[in-house]
Amino acid sequence: MTTVKPDAGVRRAMLSQMIFIRAFEDRLAELAPQKDALPGMQILATGQEAVAVGVMAPLGSEDVIITNHRSHGHLLARGADPETLMAEIMGRATGVNRGKSGTLHLIVPQVNALMTSTVVGAGPPMAVGAAFAQQYREEKAITVVFFGDGAAAEGSVHEAMNLAAIWKLPLLFVCENNCWAGAQSLAEHCAVGNIAARASAYGMPGQLVDGNNPDEVLEAASQLAGHCREGRGPALMEAFTYRLRGHGEHDRQHYVDPEELALWKAKDPVTTYGVKLTEEGVVAVQDIESMEREAGKRVDEAVAFGQSSPFPKPEEALEHVWVESPWGTP
Amino acid sequence: MRELHTGQAIQEALAIAMDQDERVFLAGEGVGTSIHDNPLMPTYGLLDRFGKKRVRDTPVSEAAIAGLAVGSSNLGLLPVVEIMFFPFITLASDMLVNHAAKLHYLSGGKSTFPLTVRVKAGLGFQAGCQHSHNLEAWMAHVPGLKIVFPSNPADAKGLLLSSIFDPDPVIVVEEMGLYWASGPTPEGDVRVPLGSAKVLKPGRDATVVAYGTPVYAALQAAGALEEQGIALEVIDLRSLVPLDKKTVLESVCKTGRLITVHDANRFCGFGAELAAMVAEEAFHSLKAPVRRVAGPEAPVPMAPVQESFYKPSAEKVMEAVRSVL
Ligand SMILES: Cc1ncc(C[n+]2csc(CCOP(=O)(O)OP(=O)(O)O)c2C)c(N)n1
Ligand SMILES: [Mg+2]
Repeated sequence: MTTVKPDAGVRRAMLSQMIFIRAFEDRLAELAPQKDALPGMQILATGQEAVAVGVMAPLGSEDVIITNHRSHGHLLARGADPETLMAEIMGRATGVNRGKSGTLHLIVPQVNALMTSTVVGAGPPMAVGAAFAQQYREEKAITVVFFGDGAAAEGSVHEAMNLAAIWKLPLLFVCENNCWAGAQSLAEHCAVGNIAARASAYGMPGQLVDGNNPDEVLEAASQLAGHCREGRGPALMEAFTYRLRGHGEHDRQHYVDPEELALWKAKDPVTTYGVKLTEEGVVAVQDIESMEREAGKRVDEAVAFGQSSPFPKPEEALEHVWVESPWGTP
Repeated sequence: MRELHTGQAIQEALAIAMDQDERVFLAGEGVGTSIHDNPLMPTYGLLDRFGKKRVRDTPVSEAAIAGLAVGSSNLGLLPVVEIMFFPFITLASDMLVNHAAKLHYLSGGKSTFPLTVRVKAGLGFQAGCQHSHNLEAWMAHVPGLKIVFPSNPADAKGLLLSSIFDPDPVIVVEEMGLYWASGPTPEGDVRVPLGSAKVLKPGRDATVVAYGTPVYAALQAAGALEEQGIALEVIDLRSLVPLDKKTVLESVCKTGRLITVHDANRFCGFGAELAAMVAEEAFHSLKAPVRRVAGPEAPVPMAPVQESFYKPSAEKVMEAVRSVL
């Protein structure tokens, strides 16, 4: 439970961001089945918005975040430009990665969202490198890496935790436990049932939080980020949440118990946080309506920008393999 | 002959092997319960049929999946494990490259590793280069690993059956685009021997060697050039290691020309091995330089137009043929 309530302005901002992330992804869900609207498989973080906004809130712009295949929420909460993000997801030349990435490995250096990988478990070892560079240069910045409950089963994640702990790197591991890795439930891939418990094995603090409660996520993130920033080494936060849609947009969730899903839908973080803030008098119902209208408008603009943008030229597939240099490339 | 989709043909091979031999089991991410609720997927229905003991869903742990195959095969089981996308084989590569491939050798021939790794591969699904990257040349470079690369349901079934019962570690590359393609498939335990290429179309003017879906670009090119009086001999390699040198060399000795085709990029690709083999062993039969049709020197792009730009097409094969005629 939350001890100190965050500032009302911060809470309103978090709600507004959650509403926007949901609107952005709902639009992707709508477009996904339409022919040629979006390339590849869309991986949405519907239901996990509270983790994204709660973790980003206490971070500074100099901090580095490393996300994964389920990145839209993280990036939008971090302040990535929705238009170039949408264009990238649509595979357009104006996209933030010039149509090279699509949805799966969105890298947004403008907001220090670096080294995104769709290879499960690849983020944490690279995060060790980023945090090492920050420590080496004696910066105040920290690195935050997001990975899933499924990723926690990759050896790379364990190697990264151990090394970060030995070297006391300023690295916050955020395990977004959405109860699924593809069609494999948490119980099938994790014997202890929670990831945070592993932290003690590496000698770092580990904290399990309600990932559907932005206030709680924010409080834990701010404490643990502080721990990392003060030079006391890495920390692990596990945000317990739920993947409300399929793994990707082709997945009809045939393996999900409908009762379990209904239970979690009732805990939908976007609606519950709205209700909570209204009840506590932090926002009025009309405020939420206007946040929704504003979100819809910004999503419309992003979609219009993407759809009116050209696709990259075929030959551009050959660009950016090497860094341009005066002595030429191979 | 009855037709099956490639995914179903693989399913059938797995079921035949499991029915026949209690030692065969399956493991991998989603081989039992999958996000794809599709009867054309290769492991669809096998959990229901063979149960949890023999169809094992694993955590996302490629090193452990490959290690499971190495260890259990050494103790006498016949594991068939799955790597979900070809680039993720890098996470399994210590187990495959340093152990599956080398422990027979290191034990002086005393230990064996009759394991099979099914790798889902290919491009054309706009997932980008961390999902689409054909690394067959890497694997073929490792002494001790066999590798097959079928282009149709009958071969996918027959090669998989041979692989499962082969005494060495075998990597079976399954191009996902083929799962939905159908073709005549024999019933029962009909095996395709490892190391046997197949001449799909005889011809006198040039030999085109391909494997996997590029075989269709080669056949299409052969069809188009036929009308212009040019006869290509199209060979489906099917197996990279062991390599059916005889079929390739005999063909090149007849035609005097070699064109290789694969999706993977050209530089150090498998086409280079074929070109070198022909240069070493059939040099005097060559009437023209060898041509390699392959992906360009870049990762597989994501955007649809760029993906088709990347993939070798019939036009690119015809261009290569024309340049040496
Ligand atoms: C190394 C690797 N293995 C397998 C996959 C295929 N894959 C993509 S996402 C996923 C599940 C990951 O689960 P989790 O880490 O919990 O993240 P979530 O998808 O739930 O956000 C799998 C197996 C992959 N991308 N990378
Ligand atoms: Mg998960």
